[in-house]
Amino acid sequence: MSAMAIVWQFVEVALAIALAPLFTGWIAQCRAWMQNRSAPPLTQPYRMLRKLFHKEAVLAEDASLLFRAAPYVLFGAMALAAAIIPSIVTDLPFARAADAIALIGLFATARVCQSLAAMDLGTAFGTMGARREMMIGFLAEPAILMVFFNAFLLFGTTTLTGVVDGSAAHPSLIDPGAIFAAIGFVMVLLAENARIPIDNPATHLELTMIHEAMVLEYSARHLALIEWASSLKLFNYATIGIALFLPWGIATHGASVGAVFLALAALLVKLAACGAVLALIESLSAKLRLFRAPEFLAMAFLIAVLGLLVHLLMGANACA
Amino acid sequence: MILTLWSSSAAVFAADRELATAVSIVGCWLLLAAAGMARPQNIRFVARLLFPLGAVASVALFCVAGGFLLSGRTPETMTIALGLPDLPFHLRLDALSAFFLMVLGLAGAGISTFAAGYFRSGEGTAPGLLGLHYHIFMASMALVMLADDAYLFLVAWETMALASYFLVTSQHRMAEIRRAGFLYLLMAHIGAVAILLGFGVMQGGGWQFTFDAMRGAALTPLRATLAFTLAMAGFGAKAGVAPAHVWLPEAHPAAPSPVSALMSGLMLKTAIYGLLRVTFDLLHVRFWQWGLAALVLGLFSGLFGAIFAAVQTDMKRLLAYSSIENVGLIVAAIGLAILFAASRMPLFAALALAAALLHVLNHSLFKSMLFLTTGSVMHATKQRSLGKLGGLIHSMPWIAAFALVATLAIAGLPPLNGFVSEWLLLQAFLFTPRLPQPFVNMLVPLGAAAMALTVALAAYVMVKFYGIVFLGRPREAALKEAHRSNWLERVGLAWLAAGCLAIGVEPQLALHAVGGVTGMLVGQTVAASPSAWRIAPIAPEQASYSGWIFLATILCVFAIAYLAVRLLTHGRARRSPPWDCGYPWQDARMQDTAEGFGQPIRLFFGSFFWMQVHLPSPADEKPSYRVHIEDRFWRALYRPVAAGVQRAADAVSFLQSGRLAIYLLFSFLTLLVLLVFAL
Repeated sequence: MSAMAIVWQFVEVALAIALAPLFTGWIAQCRAWMQNRSAPPLTQPYRMLRKLFHKEAVLAEDASLLFRAAPYVLFGAMALAAAIIPSIVTDLPFARAADAIALIGLFATARVCQSLAAMDLGTAFGTMGARREMMIGFLAEPAILMVFFNAFLLFGTTTLTGVVDGSAAHPSLIDPGAIFAAIGFVMVLLAENARIPIDNPATHLELTMIHEAMVLEYSARHLALIEWASSLKLFNYATIGIALFLPWGIATHGASVGAVFLALAALLVKLAACGAVLALIESLSAKLRLFRAPEFLAMAFLIAVLGLLVHLLMGANACA
Repeated sequence: MILTLWSSSAAVFAADRELATAVSIVGCWLLLAAAGMARPQNIRFVARLLFPLGAVASVALFCVAGGFLLSGRTPETMTIALGLPDLPFHLRLDALSAFFLMVLGLAGAGISTFAAGYFRSGEGTAPGLLGLHYHIFMASMALVMLADDAYLFLVAWETMALASYFLVTSQHRMAEIRRAGFLYLLMAHIGAVAILLGFGVMQGGGWQFTFDAMRGAALTPLRATLAFTLAMAGFGAKAGVAPAHVWLPEAHPAAPSPVSALMSGLMLKTAIYGLLRVTFDLLHVRFWQWGLAALVLGLFSGLFGAIFAAVQTDMKRLLAYSSIENVGLIVAAIGLAILFAASRMPLFAALALAAALLHVLNHSLFKSMLFLTTGSVMHATKQRSLGKLGGLIHSMPWIAAFALVATLAIAGLPPLNGFVSEWLLLQAFLFTPRLPQPFVNMLVPLGAAAMALTVALAAYVMVKFYGIVFLGRPREAALKEAHRSNWLERVGLAWLAAGCLAIGVEPQLALHAVGGVTGMLVGQTVAASPSAWRIAPIAPEQASYSGWIFLATILCVFAIAYLAVRLLTHGRARRSPPWDCGYPWQDARMQDTAEGFGQPIRLFFGSFFWMQVHLPSPADEKPSYRVHIEDRFWRALYRPVAAGVQRAADAVSFLQSGRLAIYLLFSFLTLLVLLVFAL
């Protein structure tokens, strides 16, 4: 662990925290273009955060400490996830703290904290949102686990840095299983980040909302932290996807400063493309009824399993 | 003093100190049990003196067993000339029993401390009797783990069943509690019969019932499989593996909370101990089919328990189903270990076994905590139904904080301990595609998905549990006056919570302790840690996890974000009624209920349940909603069997004429027949 690695570690986390609202803004902009609306400026999420941070917070009378602490825990969990995911360099000291499976656990921690906070006030919408969020969570976890299972079969490791290093060592390796896994992953990403077929981030319609129902009672700085953490979560999922399926360009161990800047440029390009694709998917699909969500996520699971079976049947040319 | 008295007076010829100390602690518990009878009605004497002394003995057991395990000593044996003539009790302390004794000591200490503050007079059985059963229960669990012959094992096993039966029925004036106790006793005995038969098969024709003789017995594959099946059935019935789980959701709610904690946290683990002892120690061969069977049974049990837990409306029944789920995961891990061990992959077998053992330890901590907190809640509110609780975080902040730790731990969330064992089990699943059996290596990986579903459902269940009991608004007006717990209860819970946190952030130590057991059972240990702050069971580049970094980073970012927000913004806050989309006239009854939380589960997993839903019609004067859920196993398995037994009994009831002469004739005829056989 060199001093440089620690520097890159902090640069990476800071970059993720700084870029996350931009990524959300970019998706919103792409969506607006595709839907023939005039787009909000790219910096809209930053302005909203600034506005929220300067407002006076309104707390419900019987809000407990849990309610007030949850936004910070959420933000902390997402920042930690950003520290673990190799978005520009793989020589990350913190990446050794968790492999991809532990990352699922970390996201689950954030989810449970947010759900508990939503139940704290005992409002009808809060508890309903918490229940739905946990429901989506337990449906999505088997699917994402199967995606990581695919990566393990391919590279013999579940650490994301190991996957990126492995694919850097075999750049020509394109596994048909990985394509299935990628489709499954995108479906999970949409579900987990309250995107369109499962949830709509832009609606406050009582019958359909999930994520928004949970954060209804938050305001000002607490809401700002939650919104920031949500965009960081989306950013994290996008960088996980990039590390698993589009790892080209990420600076591996012992890379020069120039290579890291190149990696940063590559990351920005990939994120822009991912954002556009996400916006396209969201624009093309309609929101599903809540009880169709199991079908959607079961589909994601089956596609990932298909990837697994394809890989096993083809005789496992794994590096491991 | 009692310790030294006992060690000097006991008829032991010890080989070494640890086993003798462990036996002394067992004796100490028995003395405490007897001491309670001196003043059986005196709650202060029993609760404030004897239970804390029992807790001290538990801590001593924890230290002795843990020390034995970490120092990696060779097994110690001892023979006590008690029991029948020519059948002395054989005792043995090895890594496997030391690990389970350590678990017993660790969780037992917290539970006993809590119990010291929990038991009140005037609640069913007299305090002295409760203390008697409680400490005999503890002692018999320890003896089960120390036994080195089938005779002592079964004596201790039956003592354990009976002591816990009396504890379950401590409020025996209620008919439903008597019924629950009977069901428990019945299942315990069916299990015990299977275990007895299992030992009979394992002695291999030599009619020697010491475990040493069984280790040496050469069984045919068929006999070995029969022995494994019987052990699986017998220990499975005790552990609550589906379909023999039905007693758990009845017995746990019936028992006082510290007893539920003991039963769920520790007694179920004695069954796991027995299963491991038989499968990996006493039987000399293992077949992969056994592993597959245990894996399927465990995963089914896990999923079944999680699904049923999600639809419960009674706190303790919910936790009982959650125990079924956790035991299912442990059995699945054992199945995986057998599968790997039989396929000559000892390292992966060690990994799966480590996951199982660590989950045993973890479950004993967090499940005990949850049962104990429900005890505090019940004492404070007189309520057990989730529909009548809520908002207790305001009136019982300490209990709410401890329950939160346990909730996050059992939900399998990092950086607490439940996550570590589940992570290890998933790591073990990752290697299943390397199994040599065709098709098995494709199907078993899907087990990982079943496990992930189970674990995620467990998180759903725990959010339901915690959210409905402690969060939200009180559903009954009386809850606002819920009184606080006493300090002994808090100390007991704090001890267990410290265990959860310590294993979560520093799993190396626990893995090290587990390593001794896996070394003994499958001849391999998982690499505990490449460095002091993280674990990497197989290889650091394959996967690693660090609880420290999780905890430290989240706390650091929390602190930095908090300070930044405080410094950079004005930080004003105003209190107002909750907004809730502007709906006025909200009251506490409009919160989501336990039934509400069960609804998606009932919808998705409808085929698991036997369900009756009563919906009101628009014209109802007094609309009511009722949903009745029943276990399908009752209808498909238990009721037909019970009806069959009843019919058989009716068929031979003509023998029971009520005349003494006829009964004497039967006895005479029986003797005659036996004599004919003997000659």
